[in-house]
Amino acid sequence: MSVLVDDDTRVVVQGITGGEGKFHAEQMMEYGTNVVAGAVPGKGGQEVNGVPVFDTVHEAVAEEDADTSVIFVPPAFAGDAVFEALDTDLDLAVAITEGIPTQDMAKVNKRLTETDTRLVGPNCPGLITPGEAKLGILPGNIFADGNVGLVSRSGTLTYQVVDSLTNRGIGQTTAIGIGGDPIIGTDFVDALELFENDDETEAIVMCGEIGGEDEEEAAAYIDEHVDTPVAGFIAGRTAPPGKRMGHAGAIVSGSGTGTAESKINALNDAGVPVGDTPEEVADNIESFLE
Amino acid sequence: MAMKLHEYQAKDVFADAGVPTPSSQLASDVDGVLTAAEEIGYPVAVKAQVQVGGRGKAGGIKLAEDEDEAREAAESILGMDLKGYSVERVLVEEAVDFTNELYVGITMDRGEGKPVAMVSTKGGVNIEEVAEEDPDAIAREHIDPAFGMHPFQARKAVYDAGVDKSVANDVASVLTTLYDLWESRDGSDAEINPLMVTADDDVIAADAVMNIDEDALFRQPELAEMEEEAASGGDELEQKADEYDFDYVRLEGNVGIIGNGAGLVMTTLDLVDYYGGEPANFLDVGGGAKAERIANALDMVFSDDNVDSVVFNIFGGITRGDEVARGINEALEQFDEIPKPVVVRLAGTNWEEGMEILNEDLVTVEQTLEDAVERTVAYAEEVTEQ
Repeated sequence: MSVLVDDDTRVVVQGITGGEGKFHAEQMMEYGTNVVAGAVPGKGGQEVNGVPVFDTVHEAVAEEDADTSVIFVPPAFAGDAVFEALDTDLDLAVAITEGIPTQDMAKVNKRLTETDTRLVGPNCPGLITPGEAKLGILPGNIFADGNVGLVSRSGTLTYQVVDSLTNRGIGQTTAIGIGGDPIIGTDFVDALELFENDDETEAIVMCGEIGGEDEEEAAAYIDEHVDTPVAGFIAGRTAPPGKRMGHAGAIVSGSGTGTAESKINALNDAGVPVGDTPEEVADNIESFLE
Repeated sequence: MAMKLHEYQAKDVFADAGVPTPSSQLASDVDGVLTAAEEIGYPVAVKAQVQVGGRGKAGGIKLAEDEDEAREAAESILGMDLKGYSVERVLVEEAVDFTNELYVGITMDRGEGKPVAMVSTKGGVNIEEVAEEDPDAIAREHIDPAFGMHPFQARKAVYDAGVDKSVANDVASVLTTLYDLWESRDGSDAEINPLMVTADDDVIAADAVMNIDEDALFRQPELAEMEEEAASGGDELEQKADEYDFDYVRLEGNVGIIGNGAGLVMTTLDLVDYYGGEPANFLDVGGGAKAERIANALDMVFSDDNVDSVVFNIFGGITRGDEVARGINEALEQFDEIPKPVVVRLAGTNWEEGMEILNEDLVTVEQTLEDAVERTVAYAEEVTEQ
């Protein structure tokens, strides 16, 4: 079992003829992902790595039965690309693109309330079900099949924690990078709900960071609804207020909201141990599984 | 990230859209201030044009009743150091005689994923403090970005805030204009604090804040042109980081940090602190960095005099270990003597190739993130003790 993606997932890659889209479509296929189509306006009729390209996502869905889209469209056009994906009956759209204007995402956010299609991202590494399929840019070789679900706002931090787990022989059901932007589709609460309802997920890693209140909301949700043990990590303990730490969403505002301390306290209150180091997170997961 | 317009730039944008603003002129020397004040007519306010909050308290805003006071104000403010920024220009502005100070603002509520319009009768003070101490004093109205702000929402926010009926329509009209600007100009924040109410029941924007979503500058050419001027000033190293196009934040400590990916770099900072060191900076080289970019990153951190040792932590996804190793060699081989000890930890894509390429005479290699940070902190301590 896994969540959101497995070897039956039929993927359309939006932006498959661009540099990033082409390279990562190839990498995804090499990992075993079932990439069935590409969608690029004006490039319909071409083939990339043997995959047929269509002018619209609608055509790709109609012709190749795609149920999931991965979006590698440049930021100026990515908001529109997400709208296009949400206009079809896809189950899932994953937006990898970094730098989409926030107001475009606010409009997308509104649209998400009117559609059944789930969005992951933007500005995220994507998601992977080890041994089955990956959607996005995660390096497949560090993951291993197993029973830990992982959700994170940051790409490379995910790799760091996964590496610690895999080195100890602890594999993963699915790892989801939800992205570092202020406005995102799937959030911690959504991902926790998916893992809680997944029979194979026996423990969950949640990697948060400073900025916003998503981690606090997740802590409240865990307290009420999650029986699966959760191990937490929060990046940005040493970040000074008012300075953005790379991610558009990673900033402690002047009024003191979004601090690491508030997030760690909220998680601890919900019974979630928060590791001081990534290795400590792996220690906590190991003890859950014993 | 937001690009912050200077007050005078934001006022121009607001005034063009029809928001009442006091007459004002920009000046960069004492004579310019006096000429401007003469034309505008006394009393005037002389206001430092730097991007820091609390200018008034820090002595960056002064009232002048006559020429002597204007000269005094200009001499004390021009060239002063305001929270690390040197004041090169001042705005000379008609002093407004007010009976009341209001606050109006538009921002993105990230929790809701929607814009929010805010109105308060407690203007003229730090609104974040008001938000914390007396949250009910700020009326909030969330806006559906698909429709924009309905006229009733502007009225509702104004009435909910308890704005006096004599100016309610005018304030609602300013709020509507502010939202339209925020939307059409890709604002992240648009704010007037204070919006002054005069004895004649007129409203006038005594300050102006307009921050633009940097990700949207490609479709705001007019504002992008203002960026160069807006960005002027600031830390020399932060300017250098702009040139190299790095996500960089300078901090107070002596342990230099370079890595890939915001979350992992933040984690590296936290680990430096955990092992008893003090981070000197946040530097994210981003995804897929090639050798040259890696060399630039080292150059960047070496040019910070506070730095005593450097940890280089790369977990490759789309970044490749061999490129990183080449970049580190390139940067270090130009020195006869390595200026500051560098500790390298490579993991992920092509890390084995990277380890073969890396010149281990020039750096210290550690296998894990924790060991790398601990070693770097120890090096920094050795330097401090000398």
